[in-house]
Amino acid sequence: MKMKSIILSTAAGVVAASAAGAKDMTIVSWGGAYSASQDAAYHQPYMKANSDVNIINDESSAEAVAKLRAMAEAGNTTWDVVDVVASDAIRLCDEGLAMEIDADTMLADAPDGTKASEDFGDLLVSECFIPQIVYSTTFAYRTDVDAWGGKEPNNICDVFDLEAFPGKRSLEKRPINNMEWALLCDGVDKADVYDVLGTEEGQQQALNKLDSIKSEVIWWSAGADTPQLLADGEVVMGSTYNGRLFSLIVEQEQPVKMMWDAQVFDLDGWIIPANLSDERKEAALDYIMFATDTQRLADQAKYISYGPARASSAPLVGKHEALGIDMAPHMPTDPENAKNTFLYNYEFWADYRDDIDAKFQAWLAQ
Amino acid sequence: MANTADSSQQIAHSAPVTGPVLGNDGRPLKASLAKSLRRQKLRALGLIAPLLIFVLLTFIAPIADMLFRSVENNIVGDVLPRTVVALKDWDATTGELPDNATFKAMALDLKEAVEDKSHTRLGSRLNYEQSGISSLFRQTGRKVKRLDVEETTDFVAAFEKMNKKWVDVENWQTIKAFSGRFTDGYFLAAADLTKGPEGVERVPENQQIYYTLLLRTLKMSMIITISCILLGYPIAFLLATLPLRTSNLLLILVLLPFWTSLLVRTSAWKVLLQQQGVINDTLVWLGVVADNARLELINNQTGTIIAMTHILLPFMILPLFSVMKTIPPSYVRAAKSLGANDWTAFWRVYFPQSVPGIGAGSILCFILSIGYYITPEIVGGTKGVFISNRIAYHISSSLNWGLAAALGTLLLVVVLGLYWLYDKFVGIDNVKLG
Repeated sequence: MKMKSIILSTAAGVVAASAAGAKDMTIVSWGGAYSASQDAAYHQPYMKANSDVNIINDESSAEAVAKLRAMAEAGNTTWDVVDVVASDAIRLCDEGLAMEIDADTMLADAPDGTKASEDFGDLLVSECFIPQIVYSTTFAYRTDVDAWGGKEPNNICDVFDLEAFPGKRSLEKRPINNMEWALLCDGVDKADVYDVLGTEEGQQQALNKLDSIKSEVIWWSAGADTPQLLADGEVVMGSTYNGRLFSLIVEQEQPVKMMWDAQVFDLDGWIIPANLSDERKEAALDYIMFATDTQRLADQAKYISYGPARASSAPLVGKHEALGIDMAPHMPTDPENAKNTFLYNYEFWADYRDDIDAKFQAWLAQ
Repeated sequence: MANTADSSQQIAHSAPVTGPVLGNDGRPLKASLAKSLRRQKLRALGLIAPLLIFVLLTFIAPIADMLFRSVENNIVGDVLPRTVVALKDWDATTGELPDNATFKAMALDLKEAVEDKSHTRLGSRLNYEQSGISSLFRQTGRKVKRLDVEETTDFVAAFEKMNKKWVDVENWQTIKAFSGRFTDGYFLAAADLTKGPEGVERVPENQQIYYTLLLRTLKMSMIITISCILLGYPIAFLLATLPLRTSNLLLILVLLPFWTSLLVRTSAWKVLLQQQGVINDTLVWLGVVADNARLELINNQTGTIIAMTHILLPFMILPLFSVMKTIPPSYVRAAKSLGANDWTAFWRVYFPQSVPGIGAGSILCFILSIGYYITPEIVGGTKGVFISNRIAYHISSSLNWGLAAALGTLLLVVVLGLYWLYDKFVGIDNVKLG
């Protein structure tokens, strides 16, 4: 008798669990402070409004492209919404692994009625990509370096000046951004950078320029590396994502300052995997409609210093949720910070990535 | 079994010498023996069948599938069926463009491909071979929808209007060169080779990377294995000779790192080895090195060797320990009583008996370190990374799985080759795990 009731209640539990499971939604993102900001700005309000939905956080964005391809080949895609950088979204779209999005019908209009396609504007860099934030890869430096004699680097070319600013620097272990900065500091005009970089000689020119500081560079591959290296005093300046530097400088109060010069803008946003069942696709689209509206994008900036991708969100950006400081001056898009910026060229890197990467890696290995 | 053996013996004695030996069921003894042996083998096979099927399905099949990608190239023929046929008659070496019919075939193929977006997938495949094809296909895909195949007569001009790269012969040469169902392109790339107009040639020197990496991987794995032997041997010796209670305690210390996360151990090395780290700070404080000349112990080969030696050390100590445990101490005592000094007794009597342990430990350490990539990625900088780091990059970042598979196959072949050499010179029978 007792046994039977245990079996029955277990069975009931399984049924209940699978019924609840029908509303599970797996959202993939980068983890850390970034996922926390999304959880606070998007997931919690969404679950409050839709009590039958249960959002599961997965922190696999770094290997999202490979995993999505493997899932598609196995015929079992378990993710519903995935956060990726724009270049990955372009690749996923090219591979047919992400669903095409019609911005005007699938995304919310701005409060004043502006269509989404216009509100996002140029930032819709791929048919499959729903932009979320503008972030930048930029430099920061330590303010307590004796060898600099009181000078502070304020120009991107100071990174390449070992005489005035001796010490180790950290750069990302990939050609993207580094090649552009090298050319900019080797006398190439900003407008011509990608034309030059498309040629054999231009690529060699960039590598030669990087060669001049190679002995003093520590190469990073994770976004958290540079903040750690700066905090430890292992490097005197280094590049990384601006949000990471914000938390190093403002939240952890390290003697570090932003350089902002020649910061490279890049985008991060959502994609929905291709070939979801109709039911899951609808649920994913419903979430996206909610999470990328004007107010939600502005809300995220309360938790992390990345600029919202909608033009209509910018005026709504307020104060940091915990510290109560104004977030606007810490945004990469703030006019004071954005005096000299550089926009990542997606089309160029989609074409030349493999070729230049092979050269870059061969150069690194020398 | 015992029964059969008994009765066969009996019959063997009493049977006539001519003709085949018969069993007591009247059948040749040889046949019934073979039958019973076969039944025995089948039963053994039946017993291991679950494991065998499991290993086949979850290990061998996926690896075979992955390795097969290094030669598979169906995509070009699938996406551009008409073009591939039309290109068969085109001579790629003349430097002239294909004819109008080929361009028309391309238009028809692309129109179909755009429907399921396979043209962009093809573009990224061909972009591995030639930079720029990816955007060529992506842009043309958008425009080809508006191309009216019925009305158009001059397809060459129509394609040139869509993108002037279409009248660049090089792109057509690439498409033709990679239009087969199978390709050697990935293996060529993995060996720093490429298909030029005049056949296979080396890639320019500033792009050669895999040969360097493979050589470095083998060299550093060797160094790591040797440092594991040097550090592990005395510890294993100590463990094997100390009284049980003490040696058990030490054994736990050897095993302790096993129970700690690999990432934690590697990050701990970072804290220790960096220029503002514990070791350098101590050395500066002791006055051994100057403050402005701190040692570079990380983000180079030194870092990889130190961290990986530490991580792989248990794989050397454990086989060594279990082999040394079986060496009777009386041998060394006998040697000494016959007049050998300590060193001679060790070197001539003890050491030769421990060699099988060194062999087993070396194989474990070497093969494990050849495939490592997390630790080199974190502490190796640029000069201390292995070929596995490139494989990981192509799997997860560039999505060039074909090249990753080719590199993986090459690595497998090299390891099997080394194993063969090892067997020939050392003998795999001389390897003991205990």
